[in-house]
This record gives sequence, structure tokens and C-alpha cells, in this order.
Amino acid sequence: MDWNLLLTQFMNGLQLGLLLFLLASGLTLIFGIMDFINLSHGSFYMLGAYFCGSVVARGGSFLTGILVALVGAFIIGAIVEWVIARRLYREDHLDHVLVTFGLILIFDTLVHIIWGPAGMAIPLPDFLNGQITLGTLVLPIYRLVIILGGLLVAGILSIMVTRSRLGMLIRAGASNRTMVEALGVNIHRLFLVVFAIGAAMSAFAGMLIAPITEASIGMGNEIIIIAFVVVIVGGIGSIKGAFYAAIIIGLMDTLGRSYLDDLLKVFMSVHHAETAAPALSSMLVYILMAVVLAFRPQGLFPPAGAR
Amino acid sequence: MSWLPTSVSGRIYTALLLLLAAAPWIILWADQPFLLDLLSRGLILAIATISLNLILGYGGMVSLGHAAFIGIGAYCVGIPAYYDIYNGWIHLLLTIVVSAAFALVTGTICLRTKGVYFIMITLAFSQMVYFTFVSLEEYGGDDGLVIYLRSDFPAFMTMDGPVALYYWIFGVLLLALLLVHRLVHARFGRVIVGSKFNDERMQSLGFNTYRYRLACYVISGVICGIAGMLLGNFTSFISPEMMSWIRSGELIFMVVMGGTGSLFGPLMGTGAFVFLEQYLPEFMKLLRESWLEYWHLPFGLLLVALVLFGKGGIHGMLTRLDARRGRTESD
Repeated sequence: MDWNLLLTQFMNGLQLGLLLFLLASGLTLIFGIMDFINLSHGSFYMLGAYFCGSVVARGGSFLTGILVALVGAFIIGAIVEWVIARRLYREDHLDHVLVTFGLILIFDTLVHIIWGPAGMAIPLPDFLNGQITLGTLVLPIYRLVIILGGLLVAGILSIMVTRSRLGMLIRAGASNRTMVEALGVNIHRLFLVVFAIGAAMSAFAGMLIAPITEASIGMGNEIIIIAFVVVIVGGIGSIKGAFYAAIIIGLMDTLGRSYLDDLLKVFMSVHHAETAAPALSSMLVYILMAVVLAFRPQGLFPPAGAR
Repeated sequence: MSWLPTSVSGRIYTALLLLLAAAPWIILWADQPFLLDLLSRGLILAIATISLNLILGYGGMVSLGHAAFIGIGAYCVGIPAYYDIYNGWIHLLLTIVVSAAFALVTGTICLRTKGVYFIMITLAFSQMVYFTFVSLEEYGGDDGLVIYLRSDFPAFMTMDGPVALYYWIFGVLLLALLLVHRLVHARFGRVIVGSKFNDERMQSLGFNTYRYRLACYVISGVICGIAGMLLGNFTSFISPEMMSWIRSGELIFMVVMGGTGSLFGPLMGTGAFVFLEQYLPEFMKLLRESWLEYWHLPFGLLLVALVLFGKGGIHGMLTRLDARRGRTESD
């Protein structure tokens, strides 16, 4: 077995897992606290990439790009909450799915109008563009940056959620919203802040990945479905659950894609293994979700006191 | 003329069905063969949305994976056709058996969950079907399959020619409407609707609601499978893309736009959707040549406005019209 390859794939899986966590943590809070299904969460992922890309394209530094992406997504997230989402919290889930599906169409077309149909490549600054060598292993610096950035945000988030007053309200809201309201908390402001922070984290994820994949229209629409799987597997409203589920799913998906065909060759002919493996590895995450839903519908790590 | 429906909505729906029955002649007379294509596609999608409405509108089971049945039906034509089996009865039987089996297996698991979990688990199963067909390289994989001949029903109605196919589709649509109408007005439908509003109460009344809901899910899946079989015949090209989650989302959109839980709502919603999809780009182009590609923007805005302001969809608006005239709904 090629240990270098395994380690590289492991890092890739970790990277995917952390990106998923950045998306899913906002999603799970919006879901858990406001009981709102936000399909358009992936649009902020796309917007983050384009915001950062425009700043860099105009000669701004990469770090300014990050800042603009975060603030821009925060503001747009707040506007979406203020104008649309707020009216629908008490409505049917079906309404949430439809309205946010509409928002996806609107955001995708707006990006098309503003930035054109082609994708946008984001060049990395020199200090992030190199590689480092560890023994026989060569790692691109930027991949490490993504992993460290993701871990950093996860750490900040976990400190904020467990130590700050806002975090206390968020946890309380996720386990019993009515009680928090009854205690006189300005629930509307809490919702607004949670929605906007979620949007900013989603934008951060999109912006992190964009230098590797480039920013493109609809880039968030595929990953958002996987992020939903993460939310369900981890337990709706649980940040901790989102973290573990994101890492599990990121690793499972990446390692499945590279090693499943070898595994299948033990059981079946080489030809069949090679055709079945890609499909089976794409299916793995959904199989995981179906199994979790069938046997433990509240998810692996449900928030304390959740119904 | 007491047999005429008294409500506005009832009259509109009756007129619509009569118009649909006569449509091929009108279209051939006006020499617009393209319209017949558009109408055929719309009616096939309407059969699918009628089936989705049975579980979503009446039963409150929001499935984000219904397009999987369309794909299953289409491949039940495509795969036999790949082996030069064009007998339509075989296609139909295969469609019914496979979609019923798939609905039974997945429904048994899905219906143990409620609400948002149901949405997600139906999505999961449809994604599994999607990736299964993507991986079947023998049958084209990602690129799909071409069906060279339509299903052949010896000693029965032929599907060859656009008009014959249209009447096939129209016939299936009428049967689907009739079936759903009979079901929801029977005890079966009362249990389904009752279980949507208060499952515990229905259970304590002695109904095994799980079985009723499962039966409802299977019936809905089979109807949608047949819509897929017709779609395979209509497009003569099938691919896994037909069952992506975006397609399932569109089906939900059509049902809600028409009005959930009404017999003709899905038909109206599908009509509106197909019409917008076809003519909104052309309308945008009239405003300015380069705006053609931006038609998703008004489409999305419409969707948002529909949810915020248009409770009950098209059917809801029509019944509100009735209420204003002081008449009761009779559908």
C-alpha cells in the first residue's frame, strides 16, 4: 500500500470535511433554531468566492478579499433574513424549500448578470502558493491553510457557542425556542445574527475553495445537498454533531472514491469493480444518511433536550 | 343545465379538459405542430405532479425524490428497447412492477420518519437511484440512452405519430385524475388526509395509518412511473438527469403553484410552469435581446412572491374568486 497516497487522500478528505463543516454549522443552526430549511445557503458559498475574486482581480490583496467576502455575505444574509426568511419561520417546510429554491435562481442569475457566465479564477498570493516537503511527502501550502483555517473557525465557533452569552442563547434556542422567547430574549435579533453569521461562514468556505476550483455559477448547489446530509447525520441544531459528521462524510467520500474499487476487487471481477465503485462511492453518503434516519432519526449527536 | 358545474373553478376545469381533448385538431388546424409537443410534455409532467399531489397535497408527505419514479419508468422502456423488446405491455408491466417494488421498499423505511426527515430520506433514495443509473455504463451511464422505436401495443392503441401519443397521454391523465378523485373521496382518502392533520388521532380511532400511507405512497409511485414510461416514449432519449434532485424540486414547485390538495391544482400548476419555462425567455428577449439568458431572475422572483403572497396557488385563487361570488366549491 502507498502510504503517501493514503496520507494525501486523508488530507483531502479532511479538507472536504472542514469545508462541509463551515457550510453545515450555519445550516444546522438556522435549521435547529429557526426551524428553517435554507437551500439557498449554498448561494452564499458562491457569493463569497465571487466577492473575494473581484477584490483580487482589482488588485486588492487576498486578505482584503477574505474580509470583503465575509462582510458582504453577512450583510446579504441579514437582508435575506430581514426581508424574506423572517416571515416564513412559522410556515410549512414546503414554503421554505420553495422560497429558497427561488432565491437560488435569483442569486445564480444575478451573478451571471454581474460577472458573466464564465467562471472566475482566483490567483493565490505567492506566500500561499508554494509547497512544503515533509520527509517524502509533498503538501501544497494552500491545502494546509484550508485545513488550519477550517479548524480555526471551528475552534472559535465552539468557544463562542460554549462560552459567550450569544452562544448560550443559541444553544438554548436550538433546544427550546419557545422557552427562550418566554424568557424575554429579543428572538428576532438572535435569528438575524445567526442567519448572517451562517451566511458569512458559508461564504468563507466558498472563498477558501475558489482558488483551487475557481468560482462558478451554481457551485454551491451540489455541495449544499451534502451539507444537508451532514446536518441530518450529525443531528439538527448540533454544532458538535455537524463537526463530527462533516469529518466522517468528508473522509468517507474522498477515501471511498480512491479505495473502494480496490476493496470491491476482493469480491468481484476487476471490470465490475471498476464500473460499480464510482457510483457506490457517490452513494455512500446517502446510504449513511438513510441508515441514520432509519435507526437513529435524531442524528448521531442531537443537541441536549431536543425533541 | 344543472349538470354544469356551478363554481368558477369547476367551469374552468371542465372547459380545460374539453379544450385538451380537442387540442390536436385545433393545433393541426392552426398548423403549429410545436404546440402539440409542448402540450404533450406538459401533460406527462401533469401526470407526475398529480401523483406527487396524492402524497404531498393530501397526505402531507413532502417527497424530494419523486423524479426517481420518472426515471425508473423511462428506463423500463429504455432498457428493454436496448434489447430490441418493443412490446408495450411488457414495458408497462415492468414499469408497474419495478416502481411498485421500489416504492414499497423505500416507503417502508421513509414512512417511519416525519416532516423534514421524510424530505431528506426521500432525497437520499432518489440520489441512490440517480447514481445507480449513472454507473450503468452498459445502458449509457451519464450520457443516457436513445430509444429508437416507441412502445408497441399490438391490437390496442398505437403510440406512433404525435397525435396518437398525445391521446395516449391524455387518456392516462384522465385515468390518473379519476383514480385520485375516487381514492380521496373514499374512506382510504379520509384516512390519508386525517393522518396528515393528526396522525395520533387517526391511530386511536383504530386505523393503522402507516399501512394506509404506505399504500398511498406505492400508488403514487406507480402513477409517476407510468408518467416516466410516457416521457421515455415522448422524448425518445433518456438519461439519469431526468431524476436529479432539481427535477424533484421542480415537481414540488408545480404542485404548490397549482395548489396542493386539490384535484386539478397540479394540472394548472404544471401548465403554468411549462408555459413560463417556454415563453418567459422569449418575453425577456422582447424587452432586450441580451436578456434572454436572464429569465431565471423573474422566475425566481415569481417563486418567492408565490410563497409570500399567493397562498393556495392557482386553485386557491380560483376558489377565493368563488367565495367572493358566494358559491361553494364543487370539485
